[in-house]
Amino acid sequence: MTSLWINFMLLSPDMAGATQAATGDPIKDLLVNLFVFLLACFVGFEVISKVPNTLHTPLMSGSNAISGITLVGALVVAGHTYFDLPAWLGFVAVVMATINVIGGFMVTDRMLEMFKKKDEGKK
Amino acid sequence: MSILEISVELIYMVAIALFVVGLKRMTSPATARSGNQMAALAMLIGVAVTLLDRNILNFELIIAGIVVGGLIGGVAAKKVEMTSMPEMVAIFNGVGGLSSVLVALGEYYRTGGVGLTNDALVTVGLSILIGGVTFTGSIMAFGKLKGLVSGNPITFPLQTALNGVLLLASIAATVMIIVDPTNEMMFLTVLGIALVLGVLVVLPIGGADMPVVISLLNSYSGVAASMAGFVLGNKLLIVAGALVGSAGLILTIIMCKAMNRSLTNVLFGAFGGDKNAVDNRDIDKSYREMMAEDVAILTAYAQRVVIVPGYGLAVAQAQHVVREVADILEAKGVDVRYGIHPVAGRMPGHMNVLLAEANIPYNQLYDMDDINPDFEKTDVVLIIGANDVVNPDARENPASPIYGMPILNVDYAKATIVLKRSMNPGFAGIDNVLFYKQNNYMYFGDAKKSLQNLVTALKEL
Repeated sequence: MTSLWINFMLLSPDMAGATQAATGDPIKDLLVNLFVFLLACFVGFEVISKVPNTLHTPLMSGSNAISGITLVGALVVAGHTYFDLPAWLGFVAVVMATINVIGGFMVTDRMLEMFKKKDEGKK
Repeated sequence: MSILEISVELIYMVAIALFVVGLKRMTSPATARSGNQMAALAMLIGVAVTLLDRNILNFELIIAGIVVGGLIGGVAAKKVEMTSMPEMVAIFNGVGGLSSVLVALGEYYRTGGVGLTNDALVTVGLSILIGGVTFTGSIMAFGKLKGLVSGNPITFPLQTALNGVLLLASIAATVMIIVDPTNEMMFLTVLGIALVLGVLVVLPIGGADMPVVISLLNSYSGVAASMAGFVLGNKLLIVAGALVGSAGLILTIIMCKAMNRSLTNVLFGAFGGDKNAVDNRDIDKSYREMMAEDVAILTAYAQRVVIVPGYGLAVAQAQHVVREVADILEAKGVDVRYGIHPVAGRMPGHMNVLLAEANIPYNQLYDMDDINPDFEKTDVVLIIGANDVVNPDARENPASPIYGMPILNVDYAKATIVLKRSMNPGFAGIDNVLFYKQNNYMYFGDAKKSLQNLVTALKEL
C-alpha cells in the first residue's frame, strides 16, 4: 500500500513540473501544493499506523527531528538579504531549526543504537 | 525553468523518497536505526541543495547559525539522560515551532507583505499561529515535566470558551492580513494570540499526560513546517511537514488508546485532578511479606518468570541489576521475559529505551497484548516499580478511577511478587487490590538494593 502511494507521488506529472511560481498562476500552484500535501498526509498515516510500542519514543523524537525541515525555509530567509531584520530573523530560525534537526537525529540514533537482539547483545 | 531549477526539484524528490522510506524503516526495531539515518541523510541533501539554489547571498549568517545550533543540539543530544527523554523531545519540538514562526515573520518582513499572494499570506498567518502554539505549548509541557510548573491540571471557569474565542480572534486577524497585507500589527496580533494560546491549552492537562501533548504538538510542528513550505513554495517542506503532521497525529491516537482515553478526554478532561476516589469496598487489607532468600527460591525453581518494570525501576537506576537477576535465572534454565505496558515509563515506549540502555535485548521485551495470554502459564511475576498498570481494579471494578485502562493481567499468574518501598499508594494515588491477593507477596525496599540482595541470594542457592 505504502509503495503504491510513493509511486503515485513520484510519477505524478504535476509534481515533476511544478516549483515555486512555476506555472505563473498562483491558484494553480496552491492547488498543486494542496494536492501534494494531502497525498503526503496519507503516506504518513499509512507508514506509521502499525508501529510497535517499543519504538514510540524513538519514533516521536525521530519524526520531531524531521519536522526541523523548517531549516530549509530558515536558510532561504536568512540568505536572501544582508544583515537586515529578515536576515537576523532567519539567522535565529536557522539556529533553532538546527538544534531541532541535529539534536533530534543524534538523540534518536543514540536510543536506537541500544536496541539489540539477543544474539547481538551477547557478543 | 532552468536546468538548475529542474535538478533541484529532482533532488528534492530523492530527499522526499528517503524521508518516506526512512520513516517506514523506523517502525521496526531491526531497521529503525538505518531508517533514522536515512531521514538524516534526506535532511542533509535538502539543506545542501537549498544552499546551491535560491539566490543565497548571505552565507555568513547561515554558517554561523548552523554552527551554533549544531553545537547546542549535538551537546544536548550527547549529554541528556535517557530518563529525561520526554523533556528533551518537548524542548526540541518547541524550538522547531519557534523556527517556523521566525521563517514566516522573516519572509513577511522581507517582502513587506506586498509581494505575497493571498494564499501565501494565509499560510504566513497559519504558520505563525501553529508555530507559536507549538512553541509555548512545548515550553509549558517541558515545565510541567521538569516540575517547574505544577503538574496538576490548572483549570478556571470558561477556559475552553476563552480558548475558542482566542482561536477565532486569531483567524479573524489572519483574514485582516489578507485585506491589508501591509498592516504589521495584525501579524503581531496573530503571534501574540498564538503564544498565549499555547500556554492556555496545556495548562489544564495533567503532568502524566504530557507525552500525549508533546506528540500532538510534534504533529502541529509538522503542520507548521508544511505551512512554511506553502509560503515559500517549497515542496520538500510541504511533504516532510505533512508526513510528520500525520505520523504525529496517528502516534498520538495510538498512545491515547493505550491509556483507554480519547484525545478529547486528554485535552479537555483535566485528568489526574480527582485523586480522592473513595474505595468503599470491604476487602481484607492484609498482605504477605517476603525476604530476598524466599524470592530467590521461588524464582530460581520456576519455569517461567515475567518481569514487569515500571518507572520506579528507572528512578532507582536498577535496570542493570534487573538484567543481572535475569541472567542468573536464565543460567538456571528459567524462561525470563519482560512484560512492558504501553505507557510504562514517562512516555510511551520509554521503558523499552531504558531497558535497551542496560543491554536487555528487545526480543525479550513483550508488549502487553503479547504477554497477557501467557500469564496463566507463568509461575512468578516480579513487579518492579510498577503499580497502576497491574491493578486488577482497572479490569474488574467500575468504581475505580482507572477502570477500563488496559492492564497487564499479572494476577492470573501462579504467584506475584511486588517490589516496593512501602505500602503507600503509587503515582495516581490509587490503592492496588493486587497487594492483598492470596498469591501475592510484598518485597519491601529500594528497588536497586532489593534486587542486589536478590542477586546475592540467588548466587548462594
